[in-house]
Order: sequence, then C-alpha cells, then structure tokens
Amino acid sequence: MEASETFGVSGFGAASTPRSLEASSPRYGEKIIKGLLALCAIVSVLTTTGIVISLLLPTISFFGEVSPTDFFFHSDWAPTFSPATFGVLSIVIGTLSTTLWGMLFAVPIGLGIAIWLSEYASPRGRKIVKPVIEVLAGIPTVAIGLFAITALKPFLENIIPALQSTPFAAGVAGVAIGLMITPIIASISDDAMRSVPGGLREAAYGLGSTRMKVATKVVVPAAMSGIVASIVLAGSRAIGETMIVLLAAGSQATTSFAFTSPVQTMTAFIGTTATGDIGTGTITYDTIFAVGSVLFVMTLVMNVFAIRLVRRFREVYE
Amino acid sequence: MNALKRPGSERTRLATAGAKAVTINALSKQPAKDRILGNVFFAVLLLAVTIALIGLGALVVQAFIEGGPRFNIGLFTNPPSSLNVEDAGFRPALMGTLYLILGVIVLIVPLGVGSAIYLEEYADGNRWWNKMIELNIQNLAGVPSIIYGILGLAFIVRGPLDLGFILAAGSLTLALLVLPVVILAAREALRAVPPSVREGSLALGATQWQTIRKQVLPAAIPGVATGVILAISRAIGETAPLLLVGATTFVTFNPTFFGENFSALPVLIFQYASRPQEEFKVLAAAGVIVMLIVLLAMNSFAVWLRNRYEQQW
Amino acid sequence: MTSGVNGQTTQIEPKDEMTLTPEPSQEKGLSQQIAVTAEPAREGADVWNKEKVFEVSGVTVSYAGKAAVKDVTMDIYKNEVTALIGPSGCGKSTLLRCLNRMNDLVASATVEGEIRYHGHDLYGPKVDPVQVRKMIGMVFQKPNPFPKSIYDNIAFGPRVLGMKDIDERVEKALRGAALWDEVKDRLKDNAYGMSGGQQQRLCIARTMAVDPEVILMDEPCSALDPISTGKIEDLMTELKEEFSIVIVTHNMQQAARVSDKTAFLIVELDSTENNRWGQLVEYDETEKVFTNPQDPRTEDYVTGKVG
Repeated sequence: MEASETFGVSGFGAASTPRSLEASSPRYGEKIIKGLLALCAIVSVLTTTGIVISLLLPTISFFGEVSPTDFFFHSDWAPTFSPATFGVLSIVIGTLSTTLWGMLFAVPIGLGIAIWLSEYASPRGRKIVKPVIEVLAGIPTVAIGLFAITALKPFLENIIPALQSTPFAAGVAGVAIGLMITPIIASISDDAMRSVPGGLREAAYGLGSTRMKVATKVVVPAAMSGIVASIVLAGSRAIGETMIVLLAAGSQATTSFAFTSPVQTMTAFIGTTATGDIGTGTITYDTIFAVGSVLFVMTLVMNVFAIRLVRRFREVYE
Repeated sequence: MNALKRPGSERTRLATAGAKAVTINALSKQPAKDRILGNVFFAVLLLAVTIALIGLGALVVQAFIEGGPRFNIGLFTNPPSSLNVEDAGFRPALMGTLYLILGVIVLIVPLGVGSAIYLEEYADGNRWWNKMIELNIQNLAGVPSIIYGILGLAFIVRGPLDLGFILAAGSLTLALLVLPVVILAAREALRAVPPSVREGSLALGATQWQTIRKQVLPAAIPGVATGVILAISRAIGETAPLLLVGATTFVTFNPTFFGENFSALPVLIFQYASRPQEEFKVLAAAGVIVMLIVLLAMNSFAVWLRNRYEQQW
Repeated sequence: MTSGVNGQTTQIEPKDEMTLTPEPSQEKGLSQQIAVTAEPAREGADVWNKEKVFEVSGVTVSYAGKAAVKDVTMDIYKNEVTALIGPSGCGKSTLLRCLNRMNDLVASATVEGEIRYHGHDLYGPKVDPVQVRKMIGMVFQKPNPFPKSIYDNIAFGPRVLGMKDIDERVEKALRGAALWDEVKDRLKDNAYGMSGGQQQRLCIARTMAVDPEVILMDEPCSALDPISTGKIEDLMTELKEEFSIVIVTHNMQQAARVSDKTAFLIVELDSTENNRWGQLVEYDETEKVFTNPQDPRTEDYVTGKVG
C-alpha cells in the first residue's frame, strides 16, 4: 500500500471525502510567506549595516587626512574655518556638559518619583501620576527646546543672574534635557523596584522597619541593576539629543563645563553643518561622519551595557 | 550588581540587613528622630514628583500662553513668511507632516508586523541569526535620531538609493527610526495570544500561516494598532533626521511625495524658534500648540482603542 | 512504508463486514468491584478482529533525549472508545499527541518506533502533518474556543479546509455535540460567554465539523463540573458510531463507563530514581481490565490500592 493512497472516511453526514496523508500540493505559499516575513525582519539588520557603513567609509577617509591624535586629544574645534582644526574634545565636552547638567536634574527627581510610585503612592495616585509622567516622555524635543529658551531661561536667570549676559547656556539646555529624560529614569526604576518580591518588603516591615528604611535599604539596593540601567539609558538619550541643544546651547565650541557657558555638542555640530551647503567628499563633509561615528559608538556602548543590566534584573526576579 | 548572581543568598542578605537596621533602630534612643526623618524623606519625594509635574505643566501652559494669541485659522491656511510675521502660517509644513506620516504608515505596518510575526511565530529563538536580529532591533531603538538622519543622508538621499532630497526619502528615514517601536509593540501583542488558540487551530488541520492570519493576528490587532499609533506620535515630533534629509527649505507651496521642496511641522517650528525676533517665537509656540493637540488626539485614540478592544484571555 | 514507484492511488473502503466466528458469551469476572456499565462486546463480534485504525509498535517518545514513554505496542480499533489510563507522568498525553503529530510542535520531541494509520506510516517521509490533523482531530484538556463567535468557531475548520455548505456543517456539528438547542439563537455571540462545559462541547463540535475519522481527547472533562462531565460522556457513546475515539483520562471510573478498550500505563523509575518514563502494562477490553486484569499492577490501580 502506498502513502499516496486515499482513505475512505465515513465522515458524518455527506459522502466520504477521500483524503491523502501526503500534502496535495507542495505548499509553496507557506514557504514564500515565511521567506517574506524573514525578509521583513532582516530590514533591521540592513538598517544597522547601513548605519555602520554610512558612518565608516567617510570616517576612514577623514582619518586619512586628519591624524587621530589631533582629533581625539585636542580641543580646538574649527572644521569649517580656514585653517581648519579638528580637535573634537571641545564638542565632546559640550555634549558631556549638557548631559551632566541634565543628569544632575533627572537622577534625583526621576529616582524620587520612582520611589514614591513604587513604595508610597496609593493605587489611585499611581494611576494618575504614572501616565502623566509618560506624557512628558512623548513631548517633541523641539517643543522642549522652545520652552527652554522662552520660559526656562528667564526663570533660571532669577536664580543665576549671570545667565542674563549670555543667550546660550549649557545649563539651561541641561535642565531642559533633564526634564526630557526624567520619565526614562522614573519609569524603568519604578518597574525595577516593583519587581522586587513583596516578601522582601514584608520581611523588613514585619520586623518594624519604617517605610523610608525599607525603600532605601531594601528595595533600592535590590533593584539597583534596573536603576543603573535606567540611568545609563537616560544618559544615552541625553547624549543623542539634538533639538534642545540647537536652540538653547548654541554653536560655540567652548571647552567649559560651566552652567552659564554656551557649548556646542556633537549633535548640534552635525545638525548645523549637515544642513549647510557642504560639498560631498570634502573634508568638512567627512567631519560630519567622523563626529557621527564617535556619537554612535558612545551611545552604542551605553545601550548595550544597559540592555545587559535590564536582562539581568529581569532574570533574577522573573 | 554582582550580588545578584546568587538570588537566594541575596534575599537572605537583604532580609538580614533589614532586620539588623530595624533592631538597631528599635534599640536606639531617638525614635522621634526617625519619624521626622521619614517625613522629611516623604516630603522630598513629593517634591520630586511635584517638580516633574510642574515642569510638564509649565511646558504646556507656557506654549498655550505664548502661542495662544496667535492661534487663528491663518496658521493652518497660510504659507510661512520671514517678512510678514502677521500672516505667516504653517500650511505647507502641516501638509508635509501629513504626507510624511502617510509614507511612514505605509512602510512600518507591513515591515513592522511582518518582522514581529517572523520573530514570534516562525523563528527558532536559539539560532544565532535570530538572536542577532533581536539584539539588533533592541540596539536600533537606542540610536540617536540624528544618526538616522546621517543614514538617510548617506544612503537614501545620496548613496545607493539616491532618491534626492525628496519627501519620500524623509518618510523612509522616519520609518526606519520608529520601526523598532512597532516591532516591539506587535511582538507583545502576538505574545499575548495564548498558545492554546494556536494549538486548537493547528489540531483542526490548519497550516501555520492560516493559523496566524485567521486566529492570532486578528486577536493581536488592537495591540498592533496601539503600537503603530505610538510610532506615528514619535515620528510626528521628530526634527533632527528631517533636517539632514532636506526638510529645511523655506517652502511656501504644497509638497508632493516625490518633490524636493518639503517641510514639516516640527522643522518649521524650529526655524521660527531660531529667529531672534519675539514675534517668531510666538509663532513657534502657536505651532507647538497645534502639534500638542494632534499628539493628544492620537494618544487618546490609542488609549481608547486599547480599552475598547483589549482581549481578556 | 515507502511509496510505490508509479504512485497510483487506490481506494480503501472500510471493511463492510466482519468475517468472524461468533464468540461464546462472555464469562463475567468473579470480582465485580467496579460496575462496568459500558456495553460488553457486541454479541457475535470478535472485538480483536475489527478494522484497525492505529497500529502502534514499539513507540518510544523522548523529550530532549529523556524518554517520556517507552516501547508501547497496541492497536486501536475503528468505531470504539479506547481509553488510556494511569497515574500522573505515565506518558498518556504524550502518547496521544503522537497520534496526530501534535508532538511535532515541541522542538525537543523525538518519536521512535512505528505508528501506522490504516497501514500507512504516520511519520513517513512524505507525510504532511497538516493532512494528518485533518483526519485525526483533538480536544484539549482546558477548553480552548477561539476568540470569535460560536458560529465562527465551528466554521473556521471547514472554511480553511475549503469545504462547502458551511451553515449545514455548523448546525450538524452543534447537533452532534448536543449543543444546538442551547445556542441556536445566539450563534453570533462570543464563545467566551459560554460555560466551561458548553465551551468544551463547542470544541468537540468544532473538531467534528471537519469530518475527521478519529477524535483524540486529552482529559476532556478534568476541568469541568460533574454534570458537564456526564453530558460529554454520553456524547462519547453516541460519537463512536461515527468516529473512533481515543481518550486520556485520569478518572478510571470514567474509562470504565465509556470505553470499549482500556490501556493501562504506569510510571517506571530507573535505579537512580532520576529518570522516569511511562510503560504500557496491560491493554484489553475494558470489562476485562476492570474485572479480571491480568497484571497485578493493573489490579492494584483499578481497585484503588495505588493512586
């Protein structure tokens, strides 16, 4: 008897419908669909490849003209001038300055919100506040930038009068960036703290601990990897921010970490230069990509680190 | 962090630390001090929450106060102008954003849902290439948006695709930027469909694709739709990549999909905001109001969608 | 079984008659501790000479290299209810899922030995699992209706299989599952609004709607209340007129009530007690298994001496 033979099946009702154990057609449709879907997924790989290639080639060409020591270890940054200098440190410092001012704002506030949400807030309070914080995360950065120059700066001038003498300031941009990244820290740290098992808290409460002690000595240490991950992710986001710094921090490549000093960040440089009329293949054009590479590598390292941490804290408690 | 390597002992350690702290506390002489400290701590936390809420509130209120007086129908119907501030509007930018978003939707729905279906339903999670795809998507979600602008500039506008500084190139760039959002949301939605539904379908003699198309995907649509709306919200507000792929010309006429002169709402807001004159900043604020209203409408729709159609398993 | 060179298809008709010699009337076992209410073998029919649906030979199923059930050999007959009973972990469900190749869905599962369906190797190289499942349906332990209307639940199978006359099929299936009168006025309602017992009957109707030959049931009543259980057990007795049923059950009284033949499996441990697997101990007519078992282990189990 052969496998291709059909079976008389006495199905109920109508006459039996002969069926075979083999597929009646090779079902190419299924295979094609699987292939198409895989192709969709590969788009993401192509995107990354595209990013790497588009950054890499001009960067290589750039380092053909400019020595890496000049680039990485000097801070006189004037690539569009003649004679052009390419010490990238000043715009790196610019990025770090705005980022650090931002973190100075966002870390305590974000953590404070997270601790309140997970340890103190009533379910109703949580229901109201958490979505509102998420709304903050969805505000377009250009709106935050506009807010920074029209409202935040005048407000901060009352506290720091020195701000009045300069139209652009790293600190103003920093605080605005801080406002933007606070939801990241708040949200992820809150998730991390909530996934600490209730049993740990109960053990501490049962022994008479105050809520503050439980929060600070039990929950926060237990959720530390998630909290650190949230901070790193927020930092990565701050480093990559463009519009706020374009509007509020300026385009002067100083090397100052001061609150009141204008700075140019890596992103601002790219944003300003790449929209100008720069010919392709010139050194100035390649500079955009060289700076882009630095930016990409910095954020990539931070993101990979943070993703690992998040995976670890999920593993431990789930 | 390295203490988390051994969860069991970590829990014991924490519980013991808690017990020790409490015992010392109980035996020490100043319980009142603790209560005060606890209250101060609570006040500090509330302060943090308040500052964030005030920050958000100030942002929104400020935009409305500043831009409110300028908010009239002319914003929507007039072209921009650098000379005649009184009559300047956002029309080409609004149309530009609309066209851009249409292009984004056309791209992200098939690509995003397709990727998610492949990763959730077909891919064997242990194969290295599938793991790499997953890692890739996670990393792409964290790449700064201006880098996507660089990708667009080098690959789409120039380079292999060489489309030129056209609106479609902007759509493609934005689509790649928000694709991880859609993939993530779609995967969550697919994952939420219990395996018993798939088993029941397969046991009847349906093929895998039939099962996905007629059972799993329909059940996952509310979650997928929410993800698409979130992605669009993100794309509407993105400025930096568009600056790099050509949305900077101060256009006064309506855009076309494959035309070179296009603008977008956030880009025009940025251009107005960069000007020193106060009137332009007011105009920019008015533009922000428009953008915020659009975003609020979309997100409310997403919330409504989720509440109305979410499947209780 | 290899397919022939010329690939011809020939029709196999189910056997119309049994060529048998009449049996002498059954001797009832002396110990009647368990009331056997299932019909004893029909008068004049040799229950071991009927048409076979499945021939299971030396089947061992392993997950990731560890055996879950070892070396099962038994034949399953047409238009009967065959029960698989035994303690937890003896591999009853594992064995059942081999019969319609649902174990294919588990990546780490391997099946050794041979399972023949009407003489054809179920795991042959050219065999398509999708086709197999069209002929061998399954009802699961926890009722799993689709998140659709009652009508669409039943209609889904016929639709994807390209059958016609969907309305008639739906009604027939619902009547066959004794559900029609309860739901005929609310076919468009969501299936999730039904009670657990109704949902399970819906799942049975859904399986019936695609005209399978065999219906496998994996502890279909274990999540249901006694009244629903009773309804489904009555259903099984009717269904075996049209279908062949293989049921896995934890409840041996249920097996005694509904099945014609019963297979009893146990859990074996190796010397280190780290590995456990299932083993078939006895397979016989239900009445014999419960009133006059051959193996002392069977006797211990059916009399409730061991769990």
